[in-house]
Amino acid sequence: MNDDDLRLLLLIRHFETALLDLFAQGLLSGTTHTCLGQEPVPVALRPLLHPDDFVFSNHRGHGHYLARFGDPAGLLAEIMGREGAVCGGVGGSQHLKRGRYLSTGVQGESLPVAAGTALHLAHHEPGRLACVHIGDGTWGEGAVYEALNMAALWRLPLLVAVEHNGIAQSTPTAAQLAGTIAARADAFGAAYLYVPADDVTDMRDLLDKPLTRVRDGGGPLVVEFATRRLGPHSKGDDPRSTVEVDQLRAADWHTRYAATLGPRFTDLDAEQRDRIAAVVRDVTGRAPVRERR
Amino acid sequence: MTAHRRVGDALNAALGTLLAEDPALYLLGEDIADPYGGAFGITRGLSTRFPRQVITTPISEAGIVGVANGLALAGDKAIVEMMFADFVALAFDQIVNFAAKSTTMYGHPVPMPVVVRCPTGGNRGYGPTHSQSPQKHFIGVPGLDVYELSPLHDPVALLRELLGSGRPSLLFEDKTLYAAPLRPDDLFRVTHHGFTAHVRVDDDIPADDYLIVAPGGLTGRATVAMRSLLLRYELSGRLLVPARLHPLDLDPLLEAATSTSRVVVVEDGPPGAAWGTEVAYRLQRALWGTSSGPVRLCQAADGVIPTAAHLEREVLVQAETIVRAVLEAHR
Repeated sequence: MNDDDLRLLLLIRHFETALLDLFAQGLLSGTTHTCLGQEPVPVALRPLLHPDDFVFSNHRGHGHYLARFGDPAGLLAEIMGREGAVCGGVGGSQHLKRGRYLSTGVQGESLPVAAGTALHLAHHEPGRLACVHIGDGTWGEGAVYEALNMAALWRLPLLVAVEHNGIAQSTPTAAQLAGTIAARADAFGAAYLYVPADDVTDMRDLLDKPLTRVRDGGGPLVVEFATRRLGPHSKGDDPRSTVEVDQLRAADWHTRYAATLGPRFTDLDAEQRDRIAAVVRDVTGRAPVRERR
Repeated sequence: MTAHRRVGDALNAALGTLLAEDPALYLLGEDIADPYGGAFGITRGLSTRFPRQVITTPISEAGIVGVANGLALAGDKAIVEMMFADFVALAFDQIVNFAAKSTTMYGHPVPMPVVVRCPTGGNRGYGPTHSQSPQKHFIGVPGLDVYELSPLHDPVALLRELLGSGRPSLLFEDKTLYAAPLRPDDLFRVTHHGFTAHVRVDDDIPADDYLIVAPGGLTGRATVAMRSLLLRYELSGRLLVPARLHPLDLDPLLEAATSTSRVVVVEDGPPGAAWGTEVAYRLQRALWGTSSGPVRLCQAADGVIPTAAHLEREVLVQAETIVRAVLEAHR
């Protein structure tokens, strides 16, 4: 774990924590979905993705955005509808587009779209890929299977990053998913990889070669990241018991690194907490974003 | 255009022209590859001429419109063929929630040059799930344009307009048009004001007895009705066919409507929050206080489209339905 990776993990953690605080203070309207606990996924992928790769994010996408752009102020301004908002305040938390990064709020919808961009890449920019983040709950959507079928059939450079956090909004995976994600990928002849989302260096070691294969025309890859959702689905809607959530917290990277990395962790944790606090002060002091035409 | 006898041939040639002039254009759809060339043969020959650009797909309407959306995001353009317009319901999310919203929901304009071609309508005996005219479900969606093919509009110019607008669009194509002649009736003269076609008898004969407003798929039936109205009832009027159903350019319609007191808006779909209702409302509002009479609607019956020919005829708008509607306006 190098300092930059730890910084990014902590940046995302403190950004999400700050959002929940702002909600609690009544300073945010609407809704948001934090990725607390899932930060290692975008942090591990960051150096493995190229700026010309497409990234499709979902409703739980702040970590994906921050890993790609390192721009907490633009994102917070977007969520708060303040000047400097990256999408003019129209998109908000779950509808972001910046270059080849895009998120949208309908489950499964972005998978065929990502396949379309992968088709373009296969024809015109070989070596590039489209990465689409989905959850375990997204496998309930038919669009996922239509897209996987075409991606496998046409050997498209598509990376399906499944963040399996064990819960779809309020429904445990066991109550909504029959069989396994591995078997579903296998049914389409798509490559499959299981990656525990704990240590970003270990994760990259597992991902490196399979991703090269995707870039070299080997067809789609489904990566099942085993991860944890520490927070509620959105703001205060978590039906899980405190015992269950406490168990997840005990296994969380933040708890582990705090116990094992000593002052290096304490210093970087304070640094990123302060950085986000400064961003919150800056953005909350800004004027409402004006309509762009 | 005049080199082609039938609307379907002209559309096939237009797709070929566009694929040849723009290597970034893709054509996607089920069973569109040769030798089959699509359920109605509209794409015949194209996969042979443009193997990279013309892609036959699995039976996945939502998926293939999604792929088209992805191509558009990456800077390409895409035309998708729905095998039957009824099936576009399966792609509603990709069209309405993704393509249309993406043009504006990211705070800056995102061009989405995607055209979804939808073979609509009945009179072919295909029954309830293969005959519908579902235009109204896509009217009034911010960011989405709705067009309809006609024998009066050059398909090359039309498709260029759709692909060049930066907005996603649906192109509804009445299946009976594919085998229809390009000029429905030599009795009438056709002129164009922008993308609105005007049909009437020669200028030296007055044409103020009525105005019919109809989408392109009804052109043939409307001109048969006009011929009958002229020869049997000595009523001479005009037909206006806007290529773009939504957003609608009201001005050419209004100009013609002010010269008659009998306006009939015709469409081949059922009543209830329909395109015709919207057009009639807008015309009526603009004509309020003038001498023009009430704007009338002539729509299909409120029911599914039966398979048996005699039952199907009763549900859908026929030439004689339009004749009756115009005569009723004259009572």
